[in-house]
Amino acid sequence: MESMTGPMGVPARTAPGRAPGTAPLDEEPLLRLRGISKRFGAVQALYGVDLDLPRAKVTALCGDNGAGKSVLTKTIAGIHEPDHGQISWEGRPVTIRTPNDASALGIETVYQDLALADNLDIVQNMFLGRERMSGIFLNEDSMERAAAQTLAELRVTTVRSIRQPVATLSGGQRQAVAVAKAVMWNSKLVMLDEPTAALGVAQTRMVLDLIKRLKDHGLAVMVISHNLNDVFEVADRVAVLRLGRMVAQADISTLDRESVVDYMTTGVSSRVVPGPTSQRPEA
Amino acid sequence: MSGPSAPDLATDLTAAVDAVPPPIIAQTMGEYWRTWLARVRGGDAGALPVVIALLAVTIVFTILSPNHVFLSPENLVNLFDQSAVFIVLAFGMGFVLLLGDIDLSIGYVAAIGGIVTAQLVQPTPNVPWPLAVLAGLAVCALIGLLQGSLVARLRMPAFVVTLAGYLIWFGVMILLLGTAGGVGVTGSQTNQQAIYSLVYGYIDPVIAWIGLVVFVAIFATVLWRRDIGRRRSGLVAPPLGLTMAKILLVAIAGIIVVAICNVNRGRDLPIVGVPYVIPVVLLVLLAWTVLLERMQFGRHVYATGGNTEAARRAGINVTTVRTMGFVLCSMTGGIAGIIYCSQLGGMTTNINGGQLVLYAVAAAVIGGTSLFGGRGRVMDGLLGGLVIGAIYNGLYLLGLPIQWQLIITGLVLLAAVSVDSFSRKRTAHA
Repeated sequence: MESMTGPMGVPARTAPGRAPGTAPLDEEPLLRLRGISKRFGAVQALYGVDLDLPRAKVTALCGDNGAGKSVLTKTIAGIHEPDHGQISWEGRPVTIRTPNDASALGIETVYQDLALADNLDIVQNMFLGRERMSGIFLNEDSMERAAAQTLAELRVTTVRSIRQPVATLSGGQRQAVAVAKAVMWNSKLVMLDEPTAALGVAQTRMVLDLIKRLKDHGLAVMVISHNLNDVFEVADRVAVLRLGRMVAQADISTLDRESVVDYMTTGVSSRVVPGPTSQRPEA
Repeated sequence: MSGPSAPDLATDLTAAVDAVPPPIIAQTMGEYWRTWLARVRGGDAGALPVVIALLAVTIVFTILSPNHVFLSPENLVNLFDQSAVFIVLAFGMGFVLLLGDIDLSIGYVAAIGGIVTAQLVQPTPNVPWPLAVLAGLAVCALIGLLQGSLVARLRMPAFVVTLAGYLIWFGVMILLLGTAGGVGVTGSQTNQQAIYSLVYGYIDPVIAWIGLVVFVAIFATVLWRRDIGRRRSGLVAPPLGLTMAKILLVAIAGIIVVAICNVNRGRDLPIVGVPYVIPVVLLVLLAWTVLLERMQFGRHVYATGGNTEAARRAGINVTTVRTMGFVLCSMTGGIAGIIYCSQLGGMTTNINGGQLVLYAVAAAVIGGTSLFGGRGRVMDGLLGGLVIGAIYNGLYLLGLPIQWQLIITGLVLLAAVSVDSFSRKRTAHA
């Protein structure tokens, strides 16, 4: 797991004439997007979006339907290539053209549908496509031990056996398996798309605790969520998209529910929340 | 489970318990039995329906058949031979069913495999029989590659591609057989005899017993060593009693089969021994089981059948997996075709490829393979094929006309599919 060993004290560099609303960070973030634009035919999905995802922090990406949350996430995950803009990873400029590029950097995405095969068990799902072999045969014992270790580290201990088919798991357990699958591969950034959307109260609690534990392990986490209760529960930072523009990006302590809703719906907020850093609405 | 024992998060555990396969949580036989019962009540009965079906069919036909001839050694060996074709066809169909597809052409593809092999061992080309068999299987594999590519690359529905294949290969079969309308393998040359003796050649009784002992010993050692390895590295292994019961079951089944085959069933001349087709079927069963359950390709087949999108996102080349599924399906069909050719003593234009397809699907589904993809084992084809073979054989013994055979087989297929749909519904609710 990645620990907080980033270059401390590096001043935040903001591209000239860009990054309105970006709160300065103390260190170079793990992932930095500058001026990302994406157009699909006649539709401009993203307009010069800036986003910083620091290590060991949970960043919530908020926005109404059609704000561009999915497009932005898929751009980071290598499914869409941006038309313009720079992406830098650990301070170095990178291009992410395919999902494999993203995986190679250590970026994993847990989509809302979780992408689990119900007929396979937990171990089989966690190692799907990256099976450990001994010769030409699957090395089941090695995979089972590694999967058990990852689940134990994340304290996912409620599953009865890691050899049970995913179909038999509860919603929260399925989400936990999908997250464990994502963090298993030395990933440094995990993006979660609406991780609590389909869950009940106890299950949501479990997933939010899991997200906090990812942060404690030093991972950068981005959570896409509509649910402001969840956002204010787990997030350290909030980024708000509106109609393809990043209208606010700030420490959670400088925001409250009403101001986030203001940003999501109108793009500006007149509310002033006392806090250490102040965010500036888009000019 | 080797992880921390104290759960620190509140979740609903009980909902999932019923649906967990017994060997992964049970530590003792008693516990195993109870979880198994709970699972059967939950709608997922595993091999239970097919075993019950096999017992029921056996009892009914034993009572009804004249002089209870159904259970006579002569008829049972005959039943094994007849079932072999359905069993191997079901093994092949299993690959595409696991992918959530279907292959309606397998009957005529099998016939083409048998015909190619049979024609190559005729006196004029007189190709050595192993080469003839390989050629027959290669032709079938190519057909599978063609159909699989259309399904996987051009995204054409498997149903339509193989329905077209059904007609095309039916036509090609008639073309291959030409004006003679048939090709035989009952001639006297070695190469023809080799194909014919697949079903009508018998293993020496002593060698059969030795082979059985060696087979059971290897099976026991592999199972035993796996359990010990898992226990040593701190993983959960099935209870010792269960492993022993499995080994015992295989040994008993083997002893019964060899004993039956070693009874003299000849009328005038003595006929004794295990037909070669039985070890051949077992070999295919073992090879495909290892491929599907112990190798990466098999894992990817299950993943693709269970959730194609998840498999694709996991970096699996879904197109290749699906294409290979069709190749293996057609090639295994070719093995069935060669067995069929041996059993009939040759191939004629009377081969009913449509019926063979239905029997193949029925055998796989009766055995427990899902029509909806992702669920099933190679073993299902063996058990289901025996049920189909027993019905086919029993109805013939009763002297029932063909129309009743068709109706009864259709009803059995419907019953099997309803079990599949039912258990799928229950799993979805869990």
